[in-house]
Amino acid sequence: MKKLALFFAFALLALGGFAQSAKYTAAMQAQIAQLATAYSNNGFPALANSFERIGDAEKTQWLPYYYAAYATVMSALMEQDKSKTDAIADKAELLINKAESLAGAPNSELYVIKSMIATAHLQVDPQNRWMQYGQVSADNIEKAKQADPTNPRPVYLEGQSKFFTPESFGGGKAVAKPIFEKALAMFSNFKAAGELYPTWGKESTDYFLSQCK
Amino acid sequence: MRFIFLVVVCLGCLAAANAQTQVSGQVTDKAGKPVRGASVGIKDSYDGATSDSTGHYRFTTEEKGMQQVIVSCIGYQLWERPVAFGGSALVLDIRLKEQASELKAVVVTAGSFEASDSKRTTVLNSIDVATTASANADITAAIRTLPGAQQVGEKEGLFIRGGSGEEAKVFIDGTLVNNYFYSAVPDISQRGRFSPFIFKGTVFSSGGYSALYGQALSGALILETIDMPERSEASLGVSSVGLSGGYQYLNNKKTFSGGASYAYTNLLPYFALVKQRVDYFKVPAYHGADANFRWKTSKTGLLKFYGTFQANQLGLRTADIDSAALKNAFSLNNYNLYGNLSWREKLGDNWRIYIGSSFSTNRDDIQNQLQNHQNEKQEIAGLPWNIKTFNALVKGSLAQAKAVLERKFGGLTALRFGGEYQYFHDDLSYYDTLARHNIINDHFKAAFAEADIYVTNNLAAKVGTRVEHSSLLDKANLVPRLSLAYRLGNLGQASLAYGIFYQKPEKTQLVIDPGLSYTRASHYIANFQKVTATRTLRIEAFYKKYEDLVKTYPVLNNNGYGYAKGAELFWRDKKTVKNVDYWISYSFLDTKRDYLNYPYSLTPNFAAKHTASLVVKRFFTDWKTQINASYSFATGRPYYGFRYDAGTAKYEVFDQGDTPPYNNLSLSINYLPNIGKQNSKTFVVWVLSVNNVLNQRQLYNYNYSYNGMIRQPVRPPANQFFFIGCFFSFGVDRSQDIINSNL
Repeated sequence: MKKLALFFAFALLALGGFAQSAKYTAAMQAQIAQLATAYSNNGFPALANSFERIGDAEKTQWLPYYYAAYATVMSALMEQDKSKTDAIADKAELLINKAESLAGAPNSELYVIKSMIATAHLQVDPQNRWMQYGQVSADNIEKAKQADPTNPRPVYLEGQSKFFTPESFGGGKAVAKPIFEKALAMFSNFKAAGELYPTWGKESTDYFLSQCK
Repeated sequence: MRFIFLVVVCLGCLAAANAQTQVSGQVTDKAGKPVRGASVGIKDSYDGATSDSTGHYRFTTEEKGMQQVIVSCIGYQLWERPVAFGGSALVLDIRLKEQASELKAVVVTAGSFEASDSKRTTVLNSIDVATTASANADITAAIRTLPGAQQVGEKEGLFIRGGSGEEAKVFIDGTLVNNYFYSAVPDISQRGRFSPFIFKGTVFSSGGYSALYGQALSGALILETIDMPERSEASLGVSSVGLSGGYQYLNNKKTFSGGASYAYTNLLPYFALVKQRVDYFKVPAYHGADANFRWKTSKTGLLKFYGTFQANQLGLRTADIDSAALKNAFSLNNYNLYGNLSWREKLGDNWRIYIGSSFSTNRDDIQNQLQNHQNEKQEIAGLPWNIKTFNALVKGSLAQAKAVLERKFGGLTALRFGGEYQYFHDDLSYYDTLARHNIINDHFKAAFAEADIYVTNNLAAKVGTRVEHSSLLDKANLVPRLSLAYRLGNLGQASLAYGIFYQKPEKTQLVIDPGLSYTRASHYIANFQKVTATRTLRIEAFYKKYEDLVKTYPVLNNNGYGYAKGAELFWRDKKTVKNVDYWISYSFLDTKRDYLNYPYSLTPNFAAKHTASLVVKRFFTDWKTQINASYSFATGRPYYGFRYDAGTAKYEVFDQGDTPPYNNLSLSINYLPNIGKQNSKTFVVWVLSVNNVLNQRQLYNYNYSYNGMIRQPVRPPANQFFFIGCFFSFGVDRSQDIINSNL
């Protein structure tokens, strides 16, 4: 027993390689866990910084940059001072491009963030930017769906876009509701590709669905 | 139990070996204000923190020895420094320098209204032009709702700050446009030849403009054509004045686009319905064809071509001012060809090149004759009758090339320099009692340099100079252009501008006396502005001094002079009332000049003391309809009757006064039935507009008979203008292609 314990202790001291990936996983998990409460405590900017630091230190992982971009675009979407939104969205774009170059190829989750970045730009001046960014946002939702038809997040974003579009423009709660329902069903069947892969969106879908009644 | 104890002990050893260092401090900007949201971290480590709203941060790290501390924040330059970590607590206060960014930096704006579709807050874009109720999609008509421009309805052109229409010039993609407006018709102002929708950016400079441009005493309207369209599209338009159609192609990779369109305008049906004051014996009819291509020659290079050919005619009769028994019949045939080819490219990281060229040729065939009430030609000897029967053939061409090189020096500091060459060829024939034929050529060369110097993000200067030479005048000039801008924190920014501007005399004057020299204006401008995403406030004051203006008697000379001073206000607000966008502009102008045949210094008849406009736009989402209204007001402009007194050999004023104030309320409605329809390939816009809804009497000036006994008011051909049109675009929705080519 003693020997075993000693072995364990020494192992702990000597563990370079294992520690590194364990440390990475643990750090990521800790930050990912905080994403859920970031809405209420405006925690996105700090989380974005943490994820970016992990990404910068790791150098080969695309997920830290993906989450950094996600947290950044969320803070852009939540920013009340519209004159700041563009700069924050530009930063998110920088991060998602880093994620994409490390991921090697575009994937469904990256398109999801790109759609959100376009939406953030759109929000600054919807009347004048609708033609340009509305199209980019919609295109990326389509690309995200094509790249992974089981991914519920582009469906959720589509519902959200419909939710905020006036009825006379082909949107509204009645149009959004079945889309959110579809997204919700997809969330229950969704299997993340790996331990740290994105799973966010279900709570927001629940929330919007409750607003559709 | 013992096992757990051991593990705890070992973990304790681990902790001791990796003693933690606590790092804390405050992040501030150069002014000492806390910076929130900055990321403070150690290079190649996860450890770090984010500064809070007071700029403070705190974290612990196990890193030891010299480590690189990195601080980053959106809008600030990266901060990096080696710091020794040894276990004892560190306090590290950090001062961040603001990043030079186009979005945040002070912009040199005195004198100019910049409007582009870029991210920067815009003043006017093509949609704004199309939805300004009084403008009927004419760019300069929309510009007239901005401060600095006069409400002149009897003559085309932008009359800026006491300057005449000829003293403002229009540039497309960097090069001068010789015949921007449709050819002049007596007492009726003409529209611009170019649709607002071919332009992505508009800079309206009411003074103090860049050294890259010249030969305009008052100001410049600088237009930039669009780069790549969003998609392939066919368009069709039907309106109360004509038909139009076109096709624009965009390849899948968005690297090449080409298109052509044609428009036919004929006012016959409209004039049949709405009575005009003048009798059109040839109803205005316009053919216009255009073609374009845009080709991405590399990732950063773009070659653009835009060309148009236009042919139009009109003929109108008015009562002859010297005799109730006669009519004056004027007719015009016009052909205009315009082409513009430009290329821009990045050369390495710091250099950019821009090359522009354009060619235009214009032909006006004008015939004027006296007619009796049976519309038969009358030839009467003696003044003033004999000079009222004439033919004129006015041909003018302009070929030009311009090159600009730009070198960036970190941040936003940049140097631009280059040169331009213009070849003017004018061929003027005029037949009344005599036959005259003149050809005038001018090889006009200019070189210029301009530097944008950012001392800090808050203080910028634009320093420029320009040297010009005209072979026709055989004279050169060298001018300074200088502006400064200072940002007053969040309050806004203040700018100052100074410049000297030269302009060649008009070709009709140079034909008579090629020995004339440049006319000259000096501008002094002070400006304050505060711009947010939804609101713009601008206050500007100016003083202009005119020298060497052309006088037409006793002989042509450069002895004219004058001044203009004034103050202007512009306020645009998209925020206060939901879905409502409005702007207010006001201009005060005090100007006098002695030029042409003025007997002494007078306020010119194109200058009103007070001018104001209110433009309101509201989108009604439920109706998919936008309603636009604009109201313009100007105090009366002076009018003068001049008479030549042979005794003193001078002109004298025998009649003068002020016209009644100008009022114009216009309304337009845009209905977009397909807006918001998902995957809709057809986009439809209905437009209905009424100019001068209240049918207010507009009187611009007076014409005087030869003997001075009779005066006739100059009024628009009709008080009101009505327009109804429907415009379709059939997009070729290729989002599927884009998806497929990307996956």
